[in-house]
Amino acid sequence: MKQGTAQVTAEICKKFGNDRTRLMDIAIAVQDRFGCVSHEAMEEIARQVRSHRVEVESLVSFYAFLSVKPQGKVVIRLCSDIVDWMKGYKDVAEAMARELGITMGETTPDGAITLTHTPCIGMSDQAPAALVNSVVVTHLTPERGRQLVRDLRRHLDPQQLVTMVGDGNNEHPLVRAMVRNNIRMRGPVHFADFEPGSALRKAVEMTPADVIRTIKDSRLRGRGGAGFPAGLKWEMAANAPGEKRYVLCNADEGEPGTFKDRVLLTECADQLMEGMTIAGYAVGSDTGIIYLRGEYRYLLPYLQSVVEGRRRQGYLGRDILGRKGLHFDIRIQLGAGAYICGEETALISSCEGLRGDPKNRPPFPPQEGYLGCPTIVNNVETLCCVSRILLEGSDWFASMGSSRTTGTKVLSISGDCRKPGVYEVPFGITARELIEMTEAENAGTMLIGGPCRQMIGPDRLEGRICYDDLATGGAIIIFNRARNRLEIAEHYLDFFIEESCGYCTPCRVGLTLLKNQVHKVIDGAGEPADLVEMRDLSNFIINTSRCGLGQAAPNPVLGALEIGDLSSGFVAERKPGLLPGFDLSKAVIDAELRVGRQSKYV
Amino acid sequence: MGSKPRIATVSLAGCFGCHMSVLDIDERILTLAELVEFDRSPINDYKEFQDRCAVGIVEGGCCNEENVEVLEQFRKHCDVLISLGDCAINGGIPAMRNNIPLRECLEEAYLKSPGVYNPLNVIPNDKEIPLLLNRVYPCHEVVKIDLFIPGCPPPADAIWAHLVSLLSGKPVEPDYKNLKYD
Ligand SMILES: Cc1cc2nc3c(=O)[nH]c(=O)nc-3n(C[C@H](O)[C@H](O)[C@H](O)COP(=O)(O)O)c2cc1C
Ligand code: SF4
Ligand code: SF4
Ligand code: FES
Repeated sequence: MKQGTAQVTAEICKKFGNDRTRLMDIAIAVQDRFGCVSHEAMEEIARQVRSHRVEVESLVSFYAFLSVKPQGKVVIRLCSDIVDWMKGYKDVAEAMARELGITMGETTPDGAITLTHTPCIGMSDQAPAALVNSVVVTHLTPERGRQLVRDLRRHLDPQQLVTMVGDGNNEHPLVRAMVRNNIRMRGPVHFADFEPGSALRKAVEMTPADVIRTIKDSRLRGRGGAGFPAGLKWEMAANAPGEKRYVLCNADEGEPGTFKDRVLLTECADQLMEGMTIAGYAVGSDTGIIYLRGEYRYLLPYLQSVVEGRRRQGYLGRDILGRKGLHFDIRIQLGAGAYICGEETALISSCEGLRGDPKNRPPFPPQEGYLGCPTIVNNVETLCCVSRILLEGSDWFASMGSSRTTGTKVLSISGDCRKPGVYEVPFGITARELIEMTEAENAGTMLIGGPCRQMIGPDRLEGRICYDDLATGGAIIIFNRARNRLEIAEHYLDFFIEESCGYCTPCRVGLTLLKNQVHKVIDGAGEPADLVEMRDLSNFIINTSRCGLGQAAPNPVLGALEIGDLSSGFVAERKPGLLPGFDLSKAVIDAELRVGRQSKYV
Repeated sequence: MGSKPRIATVSLAGCFGCHMSVLDIDERILTLAELVEFDRSPINDYKEFQDRCAVGIVEGGCCNEENVEVLEQFRKHCDVLISLGDCAINGGIPAMRNNIPLRECLEEAYLKSPGVYNPLNVIPNDKEIPLLLNRVYPCHEVVKIDLFIPGCPPPADAIWAHLVSLLSGKPVEPDYKNLKYD
């Protein structure tokens, strides 16, 4: 048996050329094969790729989908994000745990099934949802949860759980997922017909500099959240010194409440890969990588087939479209359950076979990115836009949207509304229009761009979706008036605390301090000074964290502070001189019970 | 009482290290004695407040009910209240028990830990012993604190500089070299 692990692990390493930078793929393959990456396997990997065991272990311990200890043959990961809580997560989780006879985080004694939870898996419009290994199940109820467990017990084959498949390419033989696209509004950029190869043909008629010029003229800004001008990024990479350049597509889509890239990957894979190829031509790169979040692994075989199809058609590979010397190929890098890997420098680390730690900037990726080479990282949607811009022209694109934010935006809308799903809308649309479109009744709070961005209240509904007003990467979550904003903020603090990479103190420690303070007010034990401290601490974390995670994590707290009157969370002074939040009678109760006498000070 | 400003000090759940650091101002203690009158403090062993104080200095956090009572008194009698040292500010070493239930702490200390000689197997429970709190609280979670001087203990120079500024009515400006510890 011992021999077996080492031998199989060595074979897996060999399959990836014993290449240290492919450590992610190696670890994932070992995890698949053995249900864990054991110490023995880590030793062997280190030997084969000429690394150190601690380096392998630092990677394995970082990613949620990799584990040193054995997992069940089937791992059920329930999405425990806030939308799922609103749709009944708790009852489903309890029903499944009871049916399995274990608690959350445990494995059945026979080693068959593990039950655990995970942040947003990109199915917020069909919550509560779960991953069973890589199979997605949606719209769970306690009864369906119990049935699922019974079925799994019988066959231990997640794919057999899929009795009904979704629409569009979810039906494709290589996908066969019960996921639904829920495309509620089809815009002209992403959901119009697209003829593979057509945009690429236009691109190669131009010089690379002209392609960049076209993207600049369209004023396309990055759709992943930050809104950096795409043309400028490309120009920087094209001008940066270096032998080799890379085009990375960010398909990590980790922001809670975002699922639009999932739909684009399902329905517009050709348009996306064509955008990458055009980017490659423009910046002088022959290699692209799609970083696909582990949660979307069910799309991998299909995406792989699109890559192969494009190679056959001459849109990828060597001498593209028959042009001598024009090479570009794509590989798909699977992630393994780490939100931070959506941050572009962490994504690069992960592609390099490292922990998903963000890197220091500068140098920025277009100067020195993947393996130290000039690299552009663009969101899925950004790259889809590129193909359409090449087809229809920059003027056409720039004529849509608002004055400073051109084009359309694909939004993923979920929460308290009748019509959750994907909407391609022109930039400049108001929050109120979104509420009307999705038939959200009694909306009290909206998260524009997931927890990373703004939380707005009913007084901001005339605000417009664009980079100068309500900026968003695409996640819109609607909450009705009965929902407590501080509780929403606390839920997301838990998420950020879990996903923090731990590198810097303000984020690692500060977020927990902030959560404690928020909890105190939710508990009704707060006092006005807590709100001041929360604001100070939030700003401190924002100003001193190293990467975008810590710089954004306090935003929901700041939103809740700004929108609403939180005085219901205050207690009256108990004793003159003592702070209202300090309750001596509660603080001594343990001791009173122990010694059987009462405090003389209470 | 005289017209000199009065100072009170106390050690709650602390090790007296912070008080030692107060004494560590060396010969400047003579200047201090000229500038101020000591009110309630372990330095003169007064157990009650004599008069209203300009400055109260607190070492250590609150680990029991009596600490809370004393801290409350300090707040009541002092114009400016200072948390001195990491125990007062963060709970410090005593707060290491905060993640362990009280019962387990007591059992470990009095019954289970190696080297304990306790033939009657009792956990002390005299009426005179103040009840422990469920956890150790930093002072600013119990009463309002005006000034924090970090360090374990804070250097004598930092304490001196703060006192001189306070007593001469100048703004308190922390000196970087006295407050950096790496
Ligand atoms: C914590 C964090 C998570 C992020 N997650 C994503 C993500 O899931 N998808 C994405 O496209 N961009 C994400 N970003 C933004 C990327 O860092 C980067 O700006 C983006 O991929 C650039 O592409 P674009 O200019 O086309 O938007 C994230 C940023 C941070 C700070
Ligand atoms: S801000 Fe948070 S996630 Fe970002 S580097 Fe620091 S600890 Fe890591
Ligand atoms: S801060 Fe340090 S010196 Fe002061 S009481 Fe605490 S342990 Fe002692
Ligand atoms: S899938 Fe559960 S919130 Fe997104």
